Amino acid sequence: MTVNPDWYLALGVVLFSIGALGVLIRRNVLVMFMCVELMLNAANLTFVTFARVLHDIGGQVLVFFVLVVAAAEVVVGLGIVVAIFRRRANATADDLHLMKG
Amino acid sequence: MIGLIAALATVASATTHASWVDVGTFSVAAAIVLAGAIGVVVARNPVHSALMLVMTLFGVAVLFVLQRDSFLAAVQVIVYAGAIVVLFLFVIMFLGVDREDNIAAEPLRGQRPLAIGLVALGTTGLLLLGQVSGWTTGAPHVAGPDTGQPNVNLLGKSLYTTYLFPFEATAALLIIAVVGAVVLARRPPPSPNPVDDQGGAGPVDATGDIVAADADAASRPGEGGSPLGAPHASGVAGSPEEVGS
Repeated sequence: MTVNPDWYLALGVVLFSIGALGVLIRRNVLVMFMCVELMLNAANLTFVTFARVLHDIGGQVLVFFVLVVAAAEVVVGLGIVVAIFRRRANATADDLHLMKG
Repeated sequence: MIGLIAALATVASATTHASWVDVGTFSVAAAIVLAGAIGVVVARNPVHSALMLVMTLFGVAVLFVLQRDSFLAAVQVIVYAGAIVVLFLFVIMFLGVDREDNIAAEPLRGQRPLAIGLVALGTTGLLLLGQVSGWTTGAPHVAGPDTGQPNVNLLGKSLYTTYLFPFEATAALLIIAVVGAVVLARRPPPSPNPVDDQGGAGPVDATGDIVAADADAASRPGEGGSPLGAPHASGVAGSPEEVGS
């Protein structure tokens, strides 16, 4: 009994699904961000698995870029969250339906 | 925790033939990953969600190590758990939103069962598709071979030759993100008063004094240098006290 690459890919599928479910059913903006991070991690796991299976370094380079883009996304997104929370106290995703400045 | 990952790396590299170690490590790491992910979704407190996210990220790092990818595991731990989750926790503490969240509140009627059903359907479809038609398809060796060696050399070489332009674009992206974060998180000025930019030490009632200082500096243009400006400004800042007394 050995570890198939399929196991990693199936784990990536389940992890991505949990993240997508969290984005869909949670209302707190910060928790939604964390669920986006879960989905990015599922994609990273899939990239690394494919890089190992196909003997290709490109998957690992893409994981590197995904990490950088995730860091930039979190920085800008949390800046937006701080700017929103400065205007209104309790901001769930339902309260943010006005795209006014 | 990095030491634990390094120990796991040595175990995983030393016991290539004992596959039950791989199976056991994979099982434990997958359980950690899934438990952390479910904890992120169902935790009521955002702080608990962030800590569960740390657990998931460590589990993914262990899975990276298990696939002989120790560099990305280290980067995962340093960047994600060391920077991103700490940033999350900073924002949670800064905003003071670490109170319990009412999960049971459902603003859109029927949205939540619909979401659960759709996600379950998509997950089942993907898993069945992988089982039926094969998980891994594609051409090997597109961007350079992964030789199974310690991959820092190969990754760095590929990053600085083949992927040089995306790497530089990454630098630009980070600069833009930093500038955007500074602009977004900056507190807006309370009242736009362009005179305040000139007199840094000047209080609110010193507006007339600053104008007088400008007139004074304009009358004597020889002393306009910055080393002389500081004692001049302090003298101006001291003058309202004399006037007031």
